[in-house]
Amino acid sequence: MNIFGHMISMPQLYGQLLIGLINGSFYALLSLGLAVIFGMLTIVNFAHGAFYMMGAFAAYFLLQYAGLNYWFALILAPLIVGAIGAIVERLFLKRLAGFDPLYSLLLTFGLALIIQGLFQNYYGASGMPYAIPKQLSGAYNLGFMFLPVYRGWVILASAVVCFATWLIIEKTRLGAYLRAATENPTMVRAFGINVPRMVTLTYGFGVALAAFAGVLAAPINQVRPGMGADIIAVVFAVVVIGGMGSILGSIVTGFVLGVVEGLTKVFYPEASNTVVFVIMAIVLLIRPTGLFGRAA
Amino acid sequence: MDLQASVAAADMTSQDRRVNAIAFAIMVALIAIAPFFAYPFFVMQAMCFALFACAFNLLIGYANLLSLGHAMFFGIASYVCAHGAKVWGLEPVSAIAVGVAASAALGFVTGALAIRSAGIYFAMITVAFSQMVFFFCVEAPFTHGEDGIQAVPQGRALGFIDLSNPWILYCFVAAVFLFGFLVVQRAVNSPFGEILKAIRENEPRAVSLGYRALQYKLAAFVLSAVIAGLAGATKALVVQNASLTDVSFSTSGEVVLMTLVGGMGTFYGPVVGALIVIAMQNYLAQFGEWVTVIQGVVFVACVLAFRRGIVGELAARAKVSL
Repeated sequence: MNIFGHMISMPQLYGQLLIGLINGSFYALLSLGLAVIFGMLTIVNFAHGAFYMMGAFAAYFLLQYAGLNYWFALILAPLIVGAIGAIVERLFLKRLAGFDPLYSLLLTFGLALIIQGLFQNYYGASGMPYAIPKQLSGAYNLGFMFLPVYRGWVILASAVVCFATWLIIEKTRLGAYLRAATENPTMVRAFGINVPRMVTLTYGFGVALAAFAGVLAAPINQVRPGMGADIIAVVFAVVVIGGMGSILGSIVTGFVLGVVEGLTKVFYPEASNTVVFVIMAIVLLIRPTGLFGRAA
Repeated sequence: MDLQASVAAADMTSQDRRVNAIAFAIMVALIAIAPFFAYPFFVMQAMCFALFACAFNLLIGYANLLSLGHAMFFGIASYVCAHGAKVWGLEPVSAIAVGVAASAALGFVTGALAIRSAGIYFAMITVAFSQMVFFFCVEAPFTHGEDGIQAVPQGRALGFIDLSNPWILYCFVAAVFLFGFLVVQRAVNSPFGEILKAIRENEPRAVSLGYRALQYKLAAFVLSAVIAGLAGATKALVVQNASLTDVSFSTSGEVVLMTLVGGMGTFYGPVVGALIVIAMQNYLAQFGEWVTVIQGVVFVACVLAFRRGIVGELAARAKVSL
């Protein structure tokens, strides 16, 4: 196939499509976490990338110092990092509740600097390898390409967790409380529901989603202190494109933009780093509230 | 706050004018004697960043727009000025002018897209745009990637002011800084600045009075980009290089920290904050990544307990506007 003067081979196309889906899985999980936090606290969690990195490091520490393998890490790392997130909410973010949301943004920005600086101090800028669990090593032959089992697993796990989160928020009683508290917290408190605790747990849950993405990423991208800072700007662009109001929107946009980025690597590699931002500019021109967003 | 009240409150009393005149005189005097006490190169660097922080403060302090990507204007002007001076052989003032023109153009395009959103949305959009500019600078051939543009000639400004003489360069940088500082102060105290503050306090009301809020915000954004560009271009001549650091996310964060520490929405706050942050970087450089951690701690502490910043706190105690 010959497009834009590039010779495109089909295996290369499938390969980049797969990488795109993998990146899309991370974008979806991260932007979903941001959307969940935004929905409840109306703040942007700038430390989201740092928590994603902490998730990967938690997996690494669990293996290194406690001998707990990948499967334990997949459950424990999000719990540990989510608990840290909940503490951060209680200690710091709660105090800024009555102020302009820009202050919370600046606070989480400072937190991101602290976390990243600390990890960089002790682990430098280089990455540490994290082995693929043996149950997920190897590859399937799909006929037209080889699919490494672990990569397939990442896409599947991310899609399932995203869908489950959407289901909880849109279809369960707990989700109904959450949505009601987003609309009118005072009224929901009057019904005897502990809204402050719900806010803390929501923040912890959003952070846990980021940490989960971090554990999934550990065997693919290595465990690096800078991994969160690298991804956060793209995730912000994804959130702006999808629109902050929508849970489903952030999931769909995450996966689609990952694929678009992968395809750009095949057809016009020079633009692969910037394509998401260009799409963001176009979307802002046509629909300033984002593709799935509601007007403010 | 209602519109008339906000405009009235923002008006400077004669006492404020006197205090500001004294503060300005003190600042000029300090700049004049600083090179005898401190390393002149450090003071010049601090002045460039102080001007950069003043540009950032114009948006956050008077239009309530938090730009988390301001390094894109600082950095692009730095690159274009360095390229102009080195490759095109422009004299320094023209090189700065091309750099500023580049940041103005970038400010117009990104501003037109970003100002339609407000608050945290605006902040996220500026982050994304600055990341895009960063990747552009990584890929574009004229920036020389990781190496940056090195050994930028300082040359003769307007053909006869020899900037390779450190004392003349110091006077030149001081003049650029004071010029930029006064432009920002003039803009804020002008009718344009009053309308900007009115829009900040109550946008629908300002719109209903017939002001085109978006155009005012865009003008403020472009002006801020221009001043940030002026700072970046001047910095390229002072340190004689332009690198990816200038356009990086950490530079965007530093300018926020400077303004926050000094005091958002005060004229002298960004200057004081820039001095503190630059001094912190210089004296703590041996501690490596701990500087980042300390910056983060200062961020958190300021946001939680010291939201007015140093100058803001002093001004509130003395009941004047600085």
